[in-house]
Amino acid sequence: MADTVPQPPRAGRRQAGPPGEPRRIAYLYIAPALLVFGLFFLTPLLHAVWLSLYEWDGLSVGTWVGLDNYRLVLTDEALREPFVHALTLIVFFSIIPCALGLALASMITRSAVRGVNFFRTVLFLPQVVALVVVAVAWRQIFAPDGPLNDFLRTVGLGDVARGWLGDERYALICIGIVGIWVCTGLCVVLFLAGLSKVPRELYEAARLDGAGPIREFITISVPAVRGELAVALTLTLVAAMRTFDLVYVMTSGGPGTSSRVPAYEVWDRAINKGQVGVGVTVALILTAFILLCTVLINRLSESADS
Amino acid sequence: MTSRRTGWAGAATVAALLFASACAPGSDNKKDSDEPSSVKTDVAKMGKLTLTVWDQEVRGGQAEQIAALNKQFEDKYPNVTIKRVSRSFDDLRKTLRLAITDDKAPDVVQANNGRSDMGQFVKAGLLRSLEPYNKAYGWSDRYPESVRALASYTEDGKTFGAGNLYGLPQAGELVGLWYNKAKLSKHGIEVPTTLTDFEAALAKAKQAGETPIQFGNLDAWPGIHTYGFVQNQFVARDDIRNLGFGRKGASWTSAENEKAATTFADWVKKGYFTKDFNGLGYDPAWQDFAKGKGVFLPAGTWLLADLQKALGNDLGFALPPVGETGKQAVTGGTGLPFAITEASKHADAAGAYINFITSPEAMKLIAKAGNLPVTDVDSAGTTGAQKEVFDAWTKATEDDALVPYLDYATPNFYDLLTAQVQKLGSGSEEPKSFLDNLEKEYTSFTASNGG
Repeated sequence: MADTVPQPPRAGRRQAGPPGEPRRIAYLYIAPALLVFGLFFLTPLLHAVWLSLYEWDGLSVGTWVGLDNYRLVLTDEALREPFVHALTLIVFFSIIPCALGLALASMITRSAVRGVNFFRTVLFLPQVVALVVVAVAWRQIFAPDGPLNDFLRTVGLGDVARGWLGDERYALICIGIVGIWVCTGLCVVLFLAGLSKVPRELYEAARLDGAGPIREFITISVPAVRGELAVALTLTLVAAMRTFDLVYVMTSGGPGTSSRVPAYEVWDRAINKGQVGVGVTVALILTAFILLCTVLINRLSESADS
Repeated sequence: MTSRRTGWAGAATVAALLFASACAPGSDNKKDSDEPSSVKTDVAKMGKLTLTVWDQEVRGGQAEQIAALNKQFEDKYPNVTIKRVSRSFDDLRKTLRLAITDDKAPDVVQANNGRSDMGQFVKAGLLRSLEPYNKAYGWSDRYPESVRALASYTEDGKTFGAGNLYGLPQAGELVGLWYNKAKLSKHGIEVPTTLTDFEAALAKAKQAGETPIQFGNLDAWPGIHTYGFVQNQFVARDDIRNLGFGRKGASWTSAENEKAATTFADWVKKGYFTKDFNGLGYDPAWQDFAKGKGVFLPAGTWLLADLQKALGNDLGFALPPVGETGKQAVTGGTGLPFAITEASKHADAAGAYINFITSPEAMKLIAKAGNLPVTDVDSAGTTGAQKEVFDAWTKATEDDALVPYLDYATPNFYDLLTAQVQKLGSGSEEPKSFLDNLEKEYTSFTASNGG
């Protein structure tokens, strides 16, 4: 009692962290957002995790199976195949569009094409159209008597013509090609924005130093759009991994199982087959994978920055 | 660091709450089994009530007949209000699962016959057995057994095609043989009634440069129908029923099934089907047939209205040819059966409603609206292809020739069979391995199901 030293009322708390560290009141500021986030994102996610531990048909009482659903998804070949397909789609939705987009954007910037806005709009258009519409259109293009085969026959490549979506070797690639068509425009627009920040003088300086177009591209353009590249990669990668509409409308996962993707599997298991637990588990693993990829991409772009 | 830790703590609390609030998914679905001791059939004395009915009768003639019947029912019993919720087949399938587990479930629902729909609903105790109403209204006298089997399950939902009746359909459907009369007479082909005639007709059509069989399998499910059409020529009806209902007692690897698969692959090789059929959609395929491309089209009676509009008097319909079994077999079924939910508080009124919309008078109305009624088919007054369809249905049901859709067999069979038929069609699966894959699923299911 005697050696009690009167303390200033708030000193203890202030000492806990460096000055400027958020105080508890900060939680009040973020409370509205946190509430919405918690209610509409976190709760469903946790609910999904809970469902993934059960074998449940959506109707009767579920049975606890622990991690069996996860084991099944990781070991069952029929469930692993869709993930392999999704990885293939990343090449078409992400890597090719980013590469194409970079090349197109730097070409447009360099040559100062007349009517850039027009081209930009046309290239971006696929992003605006609903994917179901895109899928219906492309399904007709790939049809046995569709425009693609008509074209091939006209130029004398009739032997190559086939029912593209009905061929196990090509169905997934066809979906990938639609992905290129959809995603390239987004990449171009993003990169154009990035390149427009680069001062013209920088290019002139490089040219005076004797740099050719390729040198310019590698030393000036690419580093300048690093941030945009990260954004483009993230967006297109997510688009690739969660592809559903294209597959649902164009091939319904076929022929055979050659174009089934994880999102299609989620829908099929949970809604059609009454295997809610397995479906949700596939969705969670997909979510985790997407999260990992985006974190990796962000890390890479940050570490390259410093 | 601190903020992150509290974040995790928060998440853990939410998780704990979730785990505490319910022990297993679905455990909050209460089942109150207040089975009525006796069925009341006098609707007028049931007092004021509202019947909620979920149906998928949204297309032209279907929508017309159900709207008319609902109105007649309400006029007859002014104390009953019918609250109709209609959705397309796909939408109904997706939303029914949620609706039917709800406390305020609709009274009458149209449920898909298969194991993953009606079967699971029965297993979960969400539908009422209609047997009491069957007795009260004498449905068994009017509905042939092969039709009732398509909506019958044992009480545990395990055995399909036997046990209690859980639903009653309004319309019938058959996968028969559409043909183009103009093409037949042009190439001097008679309507084939046996497999030998049919194969000869196919060869003749092929030689004349026609597409013998119009087929589009990009959507995968048409393969079930076309493969079934071929299988019906070789495999005995009871075997197909056991395979189709997923019951013990048959085998996909029997000599007859092997013949069927080999014949299918053979027809592909000979070019009897549309070129690149795996890449052609179902709709484009029958539309091509409607435009005069292709001689035959094995497909469902549901195409009647559309095909007739395009082909007119050139359109013909016949039961599939009779093959080596010597007996007529035809894949077919019914429209979606109407069922009563366990949660319904007006089950007797619902029973009376179902009886009303499937009565002989209702069947007349159904036929008048251009549909194929499931019973009391009267082809008098109909002409052309519609008469042929009506007569085919009567003959098939009288002959006990109906066999179920093959994908009913097991919950996974739809996916497996559609994928396998596509592969058999593309040649990436040999008939032998095709059948082995089907047999594996069939035996493992029947063994574990005990049915």
